[in-house]
Amino acid sequence: MLPLMERELVGPYMSKDDFLDVTAVAQSAPGIMAINVAILTGYRLKGVWGALLATCGAAVPSFVIILLIALFFRKFAENPIVRRVFMGVRPAVVALIMVPVFNLAQSARVNFKTVWVSILVALAVWLLGISPVYVVLLAVCGGILLGKKERAK
Amino acid sequence: MIYIQLFFTFLKIGLFNFGGGYAMISFLQNEVVYKQAWLSTVEFTDIVAISQVTPGPVGINLATYTGYTASGNIWGASIATIAVCLPSFILLILAGKYLFATREKYGTAWRVLRLVVIGLIASAALALCNGENFTDYKSILLCVGAFLAVWKFKQGPITVLLASTVLGLLLY
Repeated sequence: MLPLMERELVGPYMSKDDFLDVTAVAQSAPGIMAINVAILTGYRLKGVWGALLATCGAAVPSFVIILLIALFFRKFAENPIVRRVFMGVRPAVVALIMVPVFNLAQSARVNFKTVWVSILVALAVWLLGISPVYVVLLAVCGGILLGKKERAK
Repeated sequence: MIYIQLFFTFLKIGLFNFGGGYAMISFLQNEVVYKQAWLSTVEFTDIVAISQVTPGPVGINLATYTGYTASGNIWGASIATIAVCLPSFILLILAGKYLFATREKYGTAWRVLRLVVIGLIASAALALCNGENFTDYKSILLCVGAFLAVWKFKQGPITVLLASTVLGLLLY
């Protein structure tokens, strides 16, 4: 969605530098990246109302499409053809979620000294059912303390 | 009250998910499938698949669809969608610049967070590996094939999911 946003926004609404600035700030916040870009762009151009309208604009099309699909899917979920189709789709979905694990591990330059953090998180959430919320909280607090210690050295 | 629960569940996800659409799957699994049991793993897997091939932000697609399935109506879908956007809306407008400054100031925390996100996405994939999603050896082959198609041969998710629908029809 970001390349599309860049094409629409850069030029009529902001400069390329502004857009890069907006995406950088958007990435620093939790939530949905494309929505964050919409919030910031709307806010820059027209304040809080601009932010609100831009957010609605970015969310409403997906919202409507998903609702239509959900209505359709609810009707046809028991259809034998749909069932066969989804028996093929489900394993592929699992594969799609595995790929970013490896891509991110590469771009974050995960090594033997750091990989245990990811492994522990995966096991804690998967096997013990610990909420990702606590994991993120712990990581933020731990990271801040660790950073302080590093700077003190 | 399902609506109040939906609101706070998605508010929490909107506030704590720093990892994008894939990490959000792990939050949703924990809240919606594991804790609240609003959806079964199979229902949830189908929702993830549909959210991937539908245009628009995956996070919005996931929120709308889970909200709809959990409540059975448009109100649940609306509440979940609004709630997931609300925290970043407030944070970015009140403290956008400050949030960005934390990237330098708390660089270590951000780096730890990246490692955590990798673990969260891995847990999401592992939690979907059950007997309902993998019915036989053919589904394992499908998964490996899809993984290689995206990872090694750089195919897009939509291409791979569409191919898997055809394979589903042929194999089952």
